[in-house]
Amino acid sequence: MSETPKIDRADTRVRADEGLLGALRGFLDRLRSGDLGVLPVILGLIVIAVVFSSLNPVFMRPNNLTNLLFDAAAVGLISLGVVFCLLLGEIDLSIGSMSGVASAILGVLWVNAGVPWPFAILAALAAGAITGFVYATLLNTFGMPSFVSTLAGLLALLGLQLYLLGKSGSINLPFQSFVIRFGQTMVMPGWLSYLVALIPGATIFWFGLQTRTQRAQANLSVPSMSVLVVKAAGLTAIILGAVWYLNQGRGVPWMFLFFMALVAGMEYVLKRTKFGRSIFAVGGNREAARRAGIKVERIRIYAFMLCSTFAAFGGVLAASRLASASRQAGTGDVNLNAIAAAVIGGTSLFGGRGSAWSALLGVLVIQAISNGLTLLNLSSSLRYMILGAVLAIAVIVDSLARQSRASHGRA
Amino acid sequence: MPAEAVGDSAPILKLSGVTKVFGAVTALDGIDLEVRRGEVVALVGDNGAGKSTLVKILSGVHSKTSGTIEFNGAEVSIDTPGRAIDLGIATVFQDLALCENLDVVANLFLGQEVNAWRLNEVEMEVRAWKLLGELAARIPSVREPIASLSGGQRQTVAICRSLLLDPEIIMLDEPTAALGVAQTAEVLNLVERVRDRGHGVILISHNMEDVRAVADRIVVLRLGRNNGTFGPEATQEELVAAITGATDNSVSRRAGKRQDETTAAGEAR
Ligand SMILES: Nc1ncnc2c1ncn2[C@@H]1O[C@H](COP(=O)(O)OP(=O)(O)O)[C@@H](O)[C@H]1O
Ligand SMILES: [Mg+2]
Repeated sequence: MSETPKIDRADTRVRADEGLLGALRGFLDRLRSGDLGVLPVILGLIVIAVVFSSLNPVFMRPNNLTNLLFDAAAVGLISLGVVFCLLLGEIDLSIGSMSGVASAILGVLWVNAGVPWPFAILAALAAGAITGFVYATLLNTFGMPSFVSTLAGLLALLGLQLYLLGKSGSINLPFQSFVIRFGQTMVMPGWLSYLVALIPGATIFWFGLQTRTQRAQANLSVPSMSVLVVKAAGLTAIILGAVWYLNQGRGVPWMFLFFMALVAGMEYVLKRTKFGRSIFAVGGNREAARRAGIKVERIRIYAFMLCSTFAAFGGVLAASRLASASRQAGTGDVNLNAIAAAVIGGTSLFGGRGSAWSALLGVLVIQAISNGLTLLNLSSSLRYMILGAVLAIAVIVDSLARQSRASHGRA
Repeated sequence: MPAEAVGDSAPILKLSGVTKVFGAVTALDGIDLEVRRGEVVALVGDNGAGKSTLVKILSGVHSKTSGTIEFNGAEVSIDTPGRAIDLGIATVFQDLALCENLDVVANLFLGQEVNAWRLNEVEMEVRAWKLLGELAARIPSVREPIASLSGGQRQTVAICRSLLLDPEIIMLDEPTAALGVAQTAEVLNLVERVRDRGHGVILISHNMEDVRAVADRIVVLRLGRNNGTFGPEATQEELVAAITGATDNSVSRRAGKRQDETTAAGEAR
């Protein structure tokens, strides 16, 4: 007991949460102060699963879940993009139209003009990047609020989509192509899906170990080993279970893995890079970020470009899912579903709080509800109303949690 | 000895005729100011005198309307906060300018993160504790968001932030306003340490005792203009007169009354 005190444990007022019990105590404290984390989403998913599978047992069948994941990837990618805007405290209301334009570009270039599909996809993504650049420039130079510029963009892009598709209004994509198989049938081989399922847990464990050694060397307190093991093992068990279940049917869609990989990559960008830190800073206090020497204008440009580019990519995936580029692509509820997914997943509409994971979790909720309602043969009128209510609830939870955090002094 | 060194060296920062106009308000009107190496310049003046505006111009937050700023002998234009940071001008703003949603470490290193593409949180945390230790800061945990800190703790974080890059000049805009007794003393010690390292300090404070304790020169602003420069030996009355612009005012009358009372009490005894 004669070891030197850790640098960060000198203040006796701080309770050192050691071990599993300590971690649990810290978690409960955070809950109480309104830092709900992913808890509401997990609870929501459980409720959804119970309700829908009791109404229609097909809901929980592996094949239906595989379908659900195929559907989730496109909206999920759009949602992943809008996280960047929301973190800045901005919004992009045109992501649905942007995805529609992207699918139209893919159809026109690939099918009508005979451009190889990789280039057609690149062109669609470039259109997204340019759109985002325009929004950010409007905001930077004219101070045009993003909800106005992107609302204008919504109309303009919709017009562009209709123009591109011309009189026919719909372009069918070649059925035998890789793009369509990717969006409709390609699932991972069973053995590979199990191997990949180990990656998240292994990554957490590996980085956890690294952090532990680095912190120990720097004489900082070291996070508990048991918590790390439980986290990594728990996550691995959950994912392995899910993968096993999906493999009882068609298996795990490649497209969903692709989406997951992008989510993980963006989570790294947001939490472990200077760029990500700058996004949070601008979203938290723009003037403070500016005074710290952060180039706010540039951060906005990158964030809006990422947002629109992901929206375009989501449009490409949606086209490959439907094997067509049509006038309906990206219209209807796509826009709000993507934004709602991010908010449901825990990204605040008020800026400065959120994560890439929110897109993944939120889109699972949205897609599960949508899929369940479709299985019940409910008309889209009811579906819209129910999804609208879910979005309202998510925003209420966000606002309440924000108030509670403020009263507990936790930003 | 230090006095000689101060007298000899050329100014690091030299302002001539700096003017700032906000619409109809002329917040600063032809301000001249010099800061030398190893010198603490106190900037005093009543509320609204333009002290914060001057600090914001020097930190690149506002752009000046006219006038020149020389840094190390060369004329510079400090048009962005990044430019001021690059020059080596660090600022503790009156409103602190911290991001409430980020933790203490993230705020300290904001814009200066170690390892842009793979943030080195461990190194940043160690340096954060070291900086906070220099100020004898009472911050329980550097992994809590700023929102959970008290006003004084936030002020300490903001002051630590300014020390991070070992700047040539550090400007403190009312840095001790929310601080406790111990922290105020630490900040004044710190100001002296920064000076002894050969850096320049601009200190804004309403506490004349603190000002006289550390300042080598006291520059008075009144209604956006220079209104006299004093040495640390200046009396309270002189400073108050310069700050308020009158010898006969409520402050000097109160002081006079107290003086009379003590004299009267002395005579009675
Ligand atoms: N952004 C601004 N726009 C308009 N007027 C301003 C602005 N900032 C400061 N002022 C005015 O400039 C004057 C000086 O303010 P300030 O520098 O904050 O004073 P001090 O810090 O000395 O109390 C005040 O009259 C204030 O109203
Ligand atoms: Mg002020």
